[in-house]
Amino acid sequence: MTGQDALFEYLLRLSDNALILGHRLSEWCGHSPALEEDLALSNVALDLIGQTQLWLSLAGEVEGKGRDADKLAYLRDARDFRNVLLVEQPNGDFALTMARQFFFDAWHYLLLRELKGSKDARIAEIAAKGLKEVTYHLERSRDWVLRLGDGTEESHRRMQTAIDDLWMYTGELFESDEVDQAMAREGIGADLAALHEPWLGLVRATAEEATLTLPQPGWAQRGGKRGIHSEHLGYILADLQFLQRAYPNATW
Amino acid sequence: MYAQMVKTGVDHIQSKEEMSPEERAFQDRVDADIKIEPKEWMPEAYRKTLIRQISQHAHSEIIGMQPEGNWITRAPTLERKAILLAKVQDEAGHGLYLYCAAETLGVSRDELLEQLNSGKAKYSSIFNYPTLTWADIGAIGWLVDGAAIMNQVPLQRCSYGPYSRAMVRICKEESFHQRQGYDIMMKLAKGTPEQKAMAQDALNRWWWPSLMMFGPSDAESVHSAQSMRWKIKINSNDELRQKFVDQTVPQAEYLGLTVPDPDLKWNAERGHYDFGAVNWDEFYQVVAGNGPCNRQRLRTRVKAYEEGRWVREAADAYAAKKAARAQVKAA
Amino acid sequence: MTDKKEWPLWEVFIRSQHGLAHRHVGSLHAPDAEMAIMNARDVYTRRNEGVSIWVVKASEIAASSPSEKGPLFDPANSKVYRHPTFYEIPEELGHM
Repeated sequence: MTGQDALFEYLLRLSDNALILGHRLSEWCGHSPALEEDLALSNVALDLIGQTQLWLSLAGEVEGKGRDADKLAYLRDARDFRNVLLVEQPNGDFALTMARQFFFDAWHYLLLRELKGSKDARIAEIAAKGLKEVTYHLERSRDWVLRLGDGTEESHRRMQTAIDDLWMYTGELFESDEVDQAMAREGIGADLAALHEPWLGLVRATAEEATLTLPQPGWAQRGGKRGIHSEHLGYILADLQFLQRAYPNATW
Repeated sequence: MYAQMVKTGVDHIQSKEEMSPEERAFQDRVDADIKIEPKEWMPEAYRKTLIRQISQHAHSEIIGMQPEGNWITRAPTLERKAILLAKVQDEAGHGLYLYCAAETLGVSRDELLEQLNSGKAKYSSIFNYPTLTWADIGAIGWLVDGAAIMNQVPLQRCSYGPYSRAMVRICKEESFHQRQGYDIMMKLAKGTPEQKAMAQDALNRWWWPSLMMFGPSDAESVHSAQSMRWKIKINSNDELRQKFVDQTVPQAEYLGLTVPDPDLKWNAERGHYDFGAVNWDEFYQVVAGNGPCNRQRLRTRVKAYEEGRWVREAADAYAAKKAARAQVKAA
Repeated sequence: MTDKKEWPLWEVFIRSQHGLAHRHVGSLHAPDAEMAIMNARDVYTRRNEGVSIWVVKASEIAASSPSEKGPLFDPANSKVYRHPTFYEIPEELGHM
């Protein structure tokens, strides 16, 4: 794998996480627990879609085969998507959505903080912009984990279930393969393993304050980064890509 | 319109002589374009009519999120997806502003949502039609938002302060909604034959329901007359409908699309377009709950509200706990 | 079936970038002040409107009574000497 190939691959991972999670959050619009929350969730989704556009454009540029952000988003099949399994998990109830968001935001925040110092100026710039957005995402999702964990009996039970259900998808966030390692070595990407401790610290402190119990470290589900996804991604893409697939070569 | 056929509870328009001194002073203020503010004296019928009108408007905004929300996950490009999401999000905001305006009249948002969820309250007939293709998103922005803006711009000057201020904010935010709809239509009209057919089909299906949005002729309606006297309705339904047709027909021509009305033609004498008869039977059926999507729309709304209950309660419980803890700490 | 208790109403005040004072922009519902601020950010600053947010529980605002509008505000009408236009300054002096 050449340096360019690794960089392309690395950028797809960044963009696909944002794309798929943004897509999931956009499913909430109009269905959330309060009007205020419809607005708030949509803001997070819009931030993530915006980040997707930046990452994917850069990916297309790096690849150099004339694929722009839309071509990359709308005309790749599931096996070519590089997002982690966590972000493609269905929304479930509001507790599951918020637990998923919190796990991801905490990681995303730490990652972008590293990438802000990337040797690749283009990556550093996108990361710096994203970091501002994600700092707020994290504040909100952490707040909801506290509120639901330490709210009513029902909300506590639901949040605990959400955390138990999602825990096995968090391990993948910190696993490095040759792409991650190559990028980290060159000072372009982040050392993912090094993010684990600060992430755990934040998650532990939040869980404790929220009266929640974190599951024991266990078997991690993995594969998203290599294109081995859950069944859910196919359905996401069926929605996402419908028009582009049904009307090839049309512009919108 | 977003509020259709709002009843005022009056059976005739009072002359100034029939009014009590308070009513007369109130009407004088309205006539002089002085805004009425919450907590000021106002006729009970004015207050009730406003609650009905503003809440109907708010309900329309949040039910209206559904037909367009349908396509957020299927929008054809990342940019279209962001734009559509931002637009539907704006509608949540508009619903929110309007509920808050209604709340200044002494009713709670939960009471209003309760009226919506129970099927007691009405919302605009237009949102009971389905969005079947991507072109429908264009048509809604172009036609439905176009019709709404026609009504909302004058309402910025309405007599009730909080409603007028909400309208100012809404109009400012909404200015991009119609343009984005027309932008979608332009792309389709200049696109492949399939896309052009999709655009024409959307116009065919949305044209008449859009004209119905303005409501039946209210030239003879005592309620409309009263609302206009109170300056919470500024133009008659027919006036706005005519204005809408006059404005929209050239836009359709520019797109190379045909308005589905064989009777449509320019009347040089009147300086307006003549157009065919609206099928009011269909309108009344939709308003009565028999439109293609009435049940689906309401069920979706109720589901979101009910499934969100435990979340709202939890957030409240947490706030109470935190306040109690702060008190213990302070003591 | 209404909730046992609805989230209370908050009034939102935003200071824009232009250095003007906080201005009332609208209201929203939230369970407490922290969430009210976050919601205010999400509801009322979507178009780059602000750099600072205040929220106040609507029930805690003390307001002047509309029925006292006369006694409260009319007396100021007669104090015309408080306004610069009350004074005539010779034109040749220019702006003052």
